[in-house]
Amino acid sequence: MCIAIPGKVTAILNENTASVDMGGIRREVNLDLLGGASNALLGKYVLVHVGYAISEISEEEGKETLRLLRLMADLDAEESDFEKTNANGKEAGVCGK
Amino acid sequence: MEKKLVSVANKIDAEATLKLEKKLLEKLKARARPLRIMHICGTHERAITKHGLRSVLPEELEVLSGPGCPVCVTPEKDIDLAIALARSGAVVVTFGDMLRVPGSAGSLLDAKAQGADVKMVYSVDDAVKVAEKFPEKEVVFFGIGFETTVPSNAAALLRGVPENFSFLASQKRTPPAIDLLTKDIKVDAFIAPGHVATIIGTKPFEPFAKKGFPVVVSGFEARDILLGINLLLKQFEEGKARVDNGYPRVVKPEGNVIALEMMEEVFETGPAEWRGIGQIEASGLSLRKEFEAQDAAKQHRDLYEKALEAIREKADKQDKTKKNCICASILTGKAQPTACPLFGTVCTPKTPTGPCMVSLEGMCHSWFKYNRKARVEKSRPKKDKKAGGPEDA
Repeated sequence: MCIAIPGKVTAILNENTASVDMGGIRREVNLDLLGGASNALLGKYVLVHVGYAISEISEEEGKETLRLLRLMADLDAEESDFEKTNANGKEAGVCGK
Repeated sequence: MEKKLVSVANKIDAEATLKLEKKLLEKLKARARPLRIMHICGTHERAITKHGLRSVLPEELEVLSGPGCPVCVTPEKDIDLAIALARSGAVVVTFGDMLRVPGSAGSLLDAKAQGADVKMVYSVDDAVKVAEKFPEKEVVFFGIGFETTVPSNAAALLRGVPENFSFLASQKRTPPAIDLLTKDIKVDAFIAPGHVATIIGTKPFEPFAKKGFPVVVSGFEARDILLGINLLLKQFEEGKARVDNGYPRVVKPEGNVIALEMMEEVFETGPAEWRGIGQIEASGLSLRKEFEAQDAAKQHRDLYEKALEAIREKADKQDKTKKNCICASILTGKAQPTACPLFGTVCTPKTPTGPCMVSLEGMCHSWFKYNRKARVEKSRPKKDKKAGGPEDA
């Protein structure tokens, strides 16, 4: 029930809603819980639950996740092609999709 | 197994993900010790079962499933009330999972089959649209959910809803339930629900760490869960108990402040009944007085009281099959689906007896869908181990 899916804000539709691309599927998503649909969110990744964006997925914190993963897996820098493949993409995998 | 592990990666090279997951599992095995770890999230259970994580984890590490499915813990009484409202002529609108959960006498879907107007929506906003489309009808949104879902309901009410729209609240806060579990069952550490924490932050879990239970907030990929368990094991290694955030790309320590403020403005905390568990203090979120006009319980008071009376009458007449359902023990981590005599025989996703089988994220549903082999092995005497499928059990 608490499943949430990441998507990219592609267009602002009105003060509450935006069009969000979730793996190729576009849906109207309400952005009230992120302070309303402002242009500042355009192009950003958000986490969507029951039609509402509940969190912005930040690139910086995505890097923190990678750091934690590396730390816990004991991977050193050379071994970590994980990060390289991830450099131009968002670390956006969130739910079991 | 490996194929499943990699299928989740988004824009991440599959091989690198697999390598990382293998490393995480290796480290986890090296760190393992006898522990009972409980998660409180249906989405976690689904991910753990889907990826077959229990089959690769060291035996001494037991991962339990807690009351993390809001559909499963919605009490029969609330479903009965929703059905009574639907039968009285109101349009009852709710999430798909909720339609099939049995109340004391049938589900909302049964009521629909008998002519009641019951509709399924994806979002509270869709429910508001139904009210706008049918101004001549009373539209009741049966709003269930944990803190992840509650803010969307608050936002819709704050934006303003049509006069014919009312809200039947059956919403819950998770920390009070976790608190109860720390006193009730033997558990060593918790995996906190990642999307609940997205809203409430990591602080509400700190009291559990203070009591000596290591906590980790975890995401929902196989690697997130492996990372989370590693972080918990590290706390045990260090002899410490704190709240680690293993899901920082989404969860901030303070949570979503805007969402929390909206929740606070619209809802107030009070006791709530959890199916299979009973009443838990301060675990419910009902509408504040200022939103009385949108409160289905107040708007349809007569109907409510009539329905409640009927529910009390029915309470003793529950059929025998249902009494064998051990959903209550499953929800509190005291038993696994395989211990239930109905699981996979009388009770299947097509013919669910209890809510754990109805909800897509109920433990029984996940186990039936993804863990049938283990179930067949467990439920059969050893000599029959190689015999056919569960249907002939």
